[in-house]
Amino acid sequence: MMLDHAEPAMRPTEPIDLKAEFAGAGISEVLDGLERDLVGLKPVKARIREIAALLLVERVRQKYGYATEAPTLHMSFTGNPGTGKTTVALRMASILKALGFVRQGQLISVTRDDLVGQYIGHTAPKTKEILKKAIGGVLFIDEAYYLYRPDNERDYGQEAIEILLQVMENQREDLVVILAGYADRMDKFFALNPGFRSRIAHHIDFPDYENAELLSISDTMLQRQNYRFSPDARVVMDRYIARRRERPYFSNARSIRNALDRARLRQANRLIAHDGLIDPAMLTMIEPEDLLGSRVFLETDTSSGEIDA
Amino acid sequence: MRVTQGCFSYLPDLTDEQISKQIQYCLDNGWAVNLEYTDDPHPRNTYWEMWGLPMFDIRDAKAIMGELNDCRRIHTDCYIRLSAFDATNTWESLRISFIVQRPADEAGFMLTRQEIGGRMMRYETRAYGLQKPEGSRYGG
Ligand SMILES: Nc1ncnc2c1ncn2[C@@H]1O[C@H](COP(=O)(O)OP(=O)(O)OP(=O)(O)O)[C@@H](O)[C@H]1O
Ligand SMILES: [Mg+2]
Repeated sequence: MMLDHAEPAMRPTEPIDLKAEFAGAGISEVLDGLERDLVGLKPVKARIREIAALLLVERVRQKYGYATEAPTLHMSFTGNPGTGKTTVALRMASILKALGFVRQGQLISVTRDDLVGQYIGHTAPKTKEILKKAIGGVLFIDEAYYLYRPDNERDYGQEAIEILLQVMENQREDLVVILAGYADRMDKFFALNPGFRSRIAHHIDFPDYENAELLSISDTMLQRQNYRFSPDARVVMDRYIARRRERPYFSNARSIRNALDRARLRQANRLIAHDGLIDPAMLTMIEPEDLLGSRVFLETDTSSGEIDA
Repeated sequence: MRVTQGCFSYLPDLTDEQISKQIQYCLDNGWAVNLEYTDDPHPRNTYWEMWGLPMFDIRDAKAIMGELNDCRRIHTDCYIRLSAFDATNTWESLRISFIVQRPADEAGFMLTRQEIGGRMMRYETRAYGLQKPEGSRYGG
């Protein structure tokens, strides 16, 4: 990071144009992209703007020799499945890169299995291998609490935790670690592993999406794949979302994506079954029957749950 | 006698900062970096020992400098070379190779001549270091 190459302290005498620094870092593009591409997530976006502001000021302070050491940037993202944690982590990597707090800006996404080995002596090399890939970027550990199994004191996860804690402290300028998972379990994990808690500078909570937000997420998703709802289908989608939320294994935006995949499947079958020629416009249109085929509408019983059927 | 092979070998040894920049250049091109070491520096010895596997999927030079420093710590008295492999279709070969460590005292080579039938001459180059067993040729 910049600290390595910091010029001898050059204290400012002229006023500083922070806005220009902001524009110069290309950071507003990333933030605007975040605003544009991701529906909802107001509190998350607000926190990210705050962090970006902090980092920008930190960078200017470094330039003038006010900053004394590399800031702690490790974060925790908590929220239910499909609330956009992985998606935002990717953007975070670009923000950190734009501001020069990581050198390359890649995101390496892992879970327990990628870090923890099967036998004695397997864990350390495995964890280090992953760390090597993450150097210069962001290491995203999904469902981080699985690293720690309090019921088994000889669990190999402990070894991975110790390596991670050491790297998070000593190689702060080399990589940023983001821990992600469901809020209640992460709280418990942090309570049992104070070492992690104290190394994390920013906790960001991802709220569940409102129904209206999910509807507009479904619009964006379809649009990206060159499909769209017919006006009637959009009304059905709205009803689908309300019902889907009440069923088991609801996972916010991911449930929407799965539902749309099924809808495309039904649309394709409907088109194949269609007699005669089809209008090219039909290739892009999702109709009500493509959604109404869903189990969510067929069953009144909400307890038997096939996922996203 | 200073062994010259690979790139940059007529320049003074690269500093770690310079090595690091070369590595980053390789990584930015998507090449996989390898480390190899040997204490048999004969130019025809192509079988250097590999330090681990070729390092695919690494993005930052610092990760590889860490491996290089581990290799240097363990093989203090060996030659170490760094190479980068380009997996692009139609290249599929090394793009660069250079020495990143050499023993403090490079014994060099003995040249022997053997006269054979007629006025023929047969030459042999033999590294002085090779008189000792592998692992104790330099320094040790
Ligand atoms: N606000 C949003 N706007 C548009 N698409 C979104 C939004 N949030 C999530 N998505 C989409 O939903 C899907 C799931 O999101 P993501 O993988 O980021 O969730 P997650 O919180 O990491 O879930 P999990 O905890 O299960 O890993 C992705 O395809 C993503 O593009
Ligand atoms: Mg995820």
